[in-house]
Parts: sequence; structure tokens; C-alpha cells
Amino acid sequence: MESKVLKIENFSAFFGENQVLKEVSLSIPKNRITAVMGPSGCGKTTLIRCINRMHELIPDARVSGKIFLDQEDIYATDPIIVRRQIGMVFQKPNPFPMMSIYDNVIAGYNLNGIRLAKDEKDRIVEESLRKAALWEEVQEALYRRGTFLSGGQQQRLCIARALAMGPAVLLLDEPTSALDPKATSYIEELIVQLKDTVSIILVTHNMAQAARVSDFAAFVYLGELVEFGPSGRMFTAPKDKRTEAYLMGKFG
Amino acid sequence: MKEPSIRRRIVYDKSFKIVIILLTFCSILPMLFILFFITSKGVSAINWKFLTQLPRPVGEIGGGISNAIIGTLLLIGIGTAFSVPVGILAGIFLSENRKGKLASLTRLCVETLQGVPSIVIGIIAYIWLVVSMGSFSALSGGVALGLMMLPVIITATEQTLKLIPGSLKEASLALGVSYPRTILKVILPAGVSGIVTGILLSIARVAGETAPLLFTAFGSPFMNLNILKPINSLPLMIFNYATSPYPEWHTLAWGASFILIIIVLGLNLFTKVVTKRWKVKF
Amino acid sequence: MNHSRAEFLVLRSKTKAMRWHKPALSESSFRKILSIMGVFVLLLLVAIFFSLAIASFPSIRNFGIRFLFNTTWDPVRSEFGAFPFLVGTLATSFMALMISVIFSLPISIFLGEYSAQDSTATFIKSMIELLAGVPSVIYGFCGLFLLAPLVRTLEMKLGVAPYGVGIFTASLILSIMIIPYSASIGREVISLVPSDLKEAALSLGATRFEVIRKVILPYAGSGIVAGILLSLGRALGETMAVTMVIGNSNFIPKGIFSPANTLASVIANEFTEATGSLYLASLIELGLVLFIVTTIINLIGKLIIRRMGVEV
Repeated sequence: MESKVLKIENFSAFFGENQVLKEVSLSIPKNRITAVMGPSGCGKTTLIRCINRMHELIPDARVSGKIFLDQEDIYATDPIIVRRQIGMVFQKPNPFPMMSIYDNVIAGYNLNGIRLAKDEKDRIVEESLRKAALWEEVQEALYRRGTFLSGGQQQRLCIARALAMGPAVLLLDEPTSALDPKATSYIEELIVQLKDTVSIILVTHNMAQAARVSDFAAFVYLGELVEFGPSGRMFTAPKDKRTEAYLMGKFG
Repeated sequence: MKEPSIRRRIVYDKSFKIVIILLTFCSILPMLFILFFITSKGVSAINWKFLTQLPRPVGEIGGGISNAIIGTLLLIGIGTAFSVPVGILAGIFLSENRKGKLASLTRLCVETLQGVPSIVIGIIAYIWLVVSMGSFSALSGGVALGLMMLPVIITATEQTLKLIPGSLKEASLALGVSYPRTILKVILPAGVSGIVTGILLSIARVAGETAPLLFTAFGSPFMNLNILKPINSLPLMIFNYATSPYPEWHTLAWGASFILIIIVLGLNLFTKVVTKRWKVKF
Repeated sequence: MNHSRAEFLVLRSKTKAMRWHKPALSESSFRKILSIMGVFVLLLLVAIFFSLAIASFPSIRNFGIRFLFNTTWDPVRSEFGAFPFLVGTLATSFMALMISVIFSLPISIFLGEYSAQDSTATFIKSMIELLAGVPSVIYGFCGLFLLAPLVRTLEMKLGVAPYGVGIFTASLILSIMIIPYSASIGREVISLVPSDLKEAALSLGATRFEVIRKVILPYAGSGIVAGILLSLGRALGETMAVTMVIGNSNFIPKGIFSPANTLASVIANEFTEATGSLYLASLIELGLVLFIVTTIINLIGKLIIRRMGVEV
């Protein structure tokens, strides 16, 4: 029996009058990669944005239901604390353009005014960059600004930045959709290696990617969780007709 | 059917272009004239004594504009101290609140403030500060200049921050950084080049202003560093000396004009060239 | 991999245990401070209006609406009327406007249509921007010492009183000063005319001149008018250059070569010598009139420009 890191219970999300997520209940297994799939507009991005409480930044947003991270109700805690335990990597790489690579990785600490000794900072930066498979390529250029890096390298920098905070869960919102195929496969390999360290939730509209990389898959359609299960089974013998239709490309 | 001949239309077309070009180039002539005259008449008055001495009473030869230069710097300093903090914060307010009644009203007020004639600003500073303090002062002059700098800084800050992509804010917030820290430590530094440009341009604008100082700073023949007393400034001095009947003072005024033009045009040039290098690319 | 995983878990528990101190400033306090700044700017403008109104009150109470039509400005007999200055202001501003348009419209067309991106355009553009940067007092100085003698010679040839200073000189200087404002806005709106409209006209066989006359100018028309309005607003409030060359006379000017005063120049000339509260209040009332008129004109101009979608 897989241990669970996140428990989502009867969770609904609203934009004003519009209900975007309908009573979703889902348990995310620990140290595994869970893919969240579905056609555009089905609510998968909203779902992960509710997990790190970024959904609240929109004026008309409202939620109901509960989400537990390791038994803590994340909606009962300060959102800032939640975001330090649940990291996010965005679709388009967004390193801080005015900071060096070093400062980008350690940004979570610097921006929060957390003081660390220099060698501890160095250690965190090196570890995070190694985990993001970027250390070899940038170790000579740590103090340069990150804007000369390629798209794939910038995305790995963003992964390193998120990992530096030591999160329990890493949310990846279509992390390779803005990258070329070579960079994409590099990052897919990286994601698989990372599951020993963090539990990963991967939103993707690329079914092949989900099949390659994930251990579990969730299919979301029109705001409802339609089906959830081990990827092997989901992709070969889906239980729900809607899942089957999506996998066959009937809508997307 | 009567139709204008094609040859005639082509003639009109060509002559129009010539007229446009002529008129365009004519309009830069005044600029060239002014620069030429001020340089030729002013350069001869510049020497070390000119820059470091105080003005002499009428009839005596020599004297300088040192108090005017110091006064200009002091007045700009006071104006900057008032307008920069308020201006940047108000600019952040406007860029973080694109819609909303308060923001729209504030924007309207900023635009109106920008168009208020400088002499009216002088009257206001007179009513608010000179009357209540009982005397002319550098403080009232500095506040008047600050009022003129404020809308420029607010607008520059708002426009600069609006250009920063939202993904930067999201990246910071997703790391668990609080909203105030995100604005002050991530967004503001990313916009520093545009904001500094705005501040420098507003300084260039007020460095040459005379009207708001006529009855606030008032002018003085002495060197003064006390902000509660009247103070001289370059434009004030030029005005007073140019409209006086004494030829020696006219010469001083030409020299002062030369210095002033160098400062103002130099600031404009500096702003264009240097701040481009600081610009953060996204 | 296990080795680094253990390290990573240690890091995680360490950071979890670290006391996440709350930020010194909470989000709602920060947002409140920002809103207060917005309100401050609002109050500033309101305070300006009310200060002017209250300080002019003795004059408003004494003269009422006749203030605007009274033709005498006599501090000795405490009779104050704004009419001579309204005439002076309107005469100089409109004359300056007409002269400046002769140059600013061609500049807009040149920069917006004929020569948009090349180095000549950049040169002209910088020169025009420099024109806007020259301090007003320097324009006045040059006007007094360079232009006024020329005008005096002209006046002698024409047989009018050779003051050298007066409405004509002031309008000339003013026109040079306001060229950059209407030129830059005009250039913006002209360059925003969609190129497919221009290409459609050209492909039908029109000459460039005809495209400008029949397609570009009508399309950009209201924007150009708005730019002219904005330079009018600038002209109305211009003080120093006008003060130095307008001749400082408080009587209604008889012709374009007469000396006069504008609302701004009489304030500049007489404010520091005003004795008596009625005198001062009347001067401040002139300032109030100036404030209201320039605000209205500027807002109308900006409204038109915003409708056209140009970022000003």
C-alpha cells in the first residue's frame, strides 16, 4: 500500500459564479510521479494551483473542501508556509533576470530574509543544481546572470530553485511545453530521478509524456476527477468511457 | 470626364515632400541658434572665479554664481526627498491596481497635476509654506519643485512596472515569498532602470524652473545653506540679471545660462545613454 | 542516490524546523500603505484647488463674476479686473499655436510617414526633444536679447511704436517652445495609421501626397487636434519666457505689436510687490482662473488621445 503525501477531499474551486473543480477527491502517493491529464480548460491547472494556494491570487476565487499535506490542513495554515513546502515549476521558464544563477537557486531564502552561513548556502546551491542535473554545465558561471542559458537550462534552473527549499511536493505545470524535444527528454529523465527526493505532480497535455514518465495518472474532465490509477493500467485498460475517449484523441 | 493630369499630381507630390522637409529642418534652426548664442556669449564669462565666487554688488566687476549653483542643488535635493518616496509608492499602487475606482481617480489626478502651470504651483507653495512660516525659504521652493517632480516619477514608475511580466511575480510568490517582499525585492529591482530614468528626467525638468521659485525661494545674493531662509538658484539668477539694466550682470547671466543649459541637456543625454545599459531584459 | 536523498531529507527537516518568521509587514498593511499613497495624491489635487479658491475669496466676494470682464487693473485704487490679461493670454497663445502648427504638422508628417526609422529621423527627433528641454528662462533671455531687437527693427520699418517687446515677440518665442508637444503626439498618431489602409490607397494609384491628404490625415485627425490642444494648454501656462518679452503693460493691448500681460506674467511680475489682501487675493484669483482653464483643456486633449489608443 502506497503511503500518501497529499489527501484532497471533496475539493471544489470557483471563479465567481463559475465552478471549475467539482468535489475532487484524490490521494497523491509519496515519492511517485502522478500525472494529471485532461483536455484544455478541464481544471487541471486550477487543481495544482489550489494545492499551493496560488489560485487565491485571482480576485473572484473561492474554494471549498480540504487538502491535507502530511496530515496538516493547508487551508488552515498561512499560504506562505504552504508554498515553502510545496514547490512549483511553471510552463514558461521564469528565472529572476536580475539575479545570478547562484542567487536564483538560493532566492527562496534570500527573499524571505533567512540568513544562512556562506558554506551552507554554497552547499544548498550545489546540491540543488546537481539534483536538477545542471551543476556540471554552470559550475564555472555561478555568478553570471542566468539569461544566457538555453530554455531547457533555464527550466532546470527553476527546478533547482524550487528544490532548494526542500519541499515535500513538487508541482510541475506543463514544464516542457515551451521546450524543444531534446530539452524535453532531458527534463523527463530528470523528473524520474527526482521522485526519490520529492513527490511529483505533473500536469501535462502530452499523453505520451505522461505514459513515459508517470507512475500514477489522474484524468480530469470538466472539473471532475473521472479516473485515477496506476499508469500502466490507465493507459492500456481505462475503466471509464470518457478516459478511453480522451486517450484515443476524441477530444483534447 | 475631366481628370487632373498625372504629371500635375506628381509635381504636387514632389513639391509637398520638399516643403515638408524644408519646414522640418527650419524648425530645428531655433535650437541651433540658441545653443550657438549661449555658447558664444557665455563661454567667455566662465572661469574658476565665476563658478566659486558670490555675486558682487552693482558696479563692481567680477563676481560669480556659486550661491546659485549650490542653491539649485539644494532645492533639487529637497524636491527629490519629497517626491521620490511618495512617487514610487504611488506608482506601485497604480501598477498593482489596474482597475478600481481609487486607482482611476488617482491616475486622473496625476495627469491633472502634470498640467498645472508652474506659476500656480508657486502660488500654492506660497500659500502653504511661505505664509505659515512667515518668510521665503528654500524649503518652500524645494516643495514647489517636488510637486512638479511628483507626477513624472509616478507615471514613470507605473509604466515601468506595468512592463514587467506577471510570471516574475508568480515565481516569487510560488517560492513562499510574501507579497510586500515580492514587490520590494523582486519587482522593484527589475524596474530600477525605468524608475531612475523617471527621476532623472523630473530633475532635468525642474532644474530650469524659475516661476515656482519667484515667491518661494525668492533668491538671495548670499550663500545660504539654511533651508528656512531664502536661497538663490541658477534660473532665478538668470531672470533677475537678464532683466536688470546693468551690462555686467547681463554677462553673468549669459555665463549662468551656459552652465544651466549644460546641466539640463547633459542630464537628458545621460538619461538616454546610461539607463539603457541597466535595462533588464525579460 | 540514496546518499543524497538522506542529505536532502535532513535539509528538509532542518528547514521545516527553522522558525518561519512572519514577514515584518503583512500583505494587508502593505496594500493599505499603497492605497494611502493613492489617496494622498488625490487629496493633494483637491487641496490645491481649495487653497486657490479660499485664498482668492476676498477678491471673489468683492468683484464676483465682473472680475472676468473688468478692464481696469489698478492696484492704487484697488480696482482689479482680469480682462486685459485674458486678452493677452488668448492672443499670445492662439497666435503661437497658429505659428507652431505650421512647423509641428510637417514635423509629424516627416517623422511619422516619410522618414520613420533612419538616422535623420533620430537626429530630428532628438533635436525636437532638446527644444522641449530648454528652460523657459533661457528662451526668454534669448528672446529679449536676440529676437526683440529684430522685432524693433521690423516695427520701425512698419512705422509702429518700436517697443521690440509685445504680443508679437511673445507669440514667436512661445510658438517655438510649444512645437515639441504637438509634434511628438502628431507623430505618434500618424505612425499608428494602419499600413494596410495606406497600401490600399497606393495600390489604387494615389501619390504619397494624396495618401497623406486623403487617408492619413483624416484618420489621425482627432489625435492631431488633441496634440494641438495639449500644446495650447502648455502655452496658456507658460510664464517666464512670456514675462520677459511681453512688455508688462496692464492695459488691453491695441494690436499685435503692443505690450501686454498674460495671466501668468502679471502674477510673476506683481506677486512679490502686492500689498494689501485684496491685491494679493486678486492675483491668486488670476491663478485660479489659469488653473481651471489649463486643466480643462489638458483633460479634453488627453481624453481624445486615449480614445485613439495612443499611450501618452
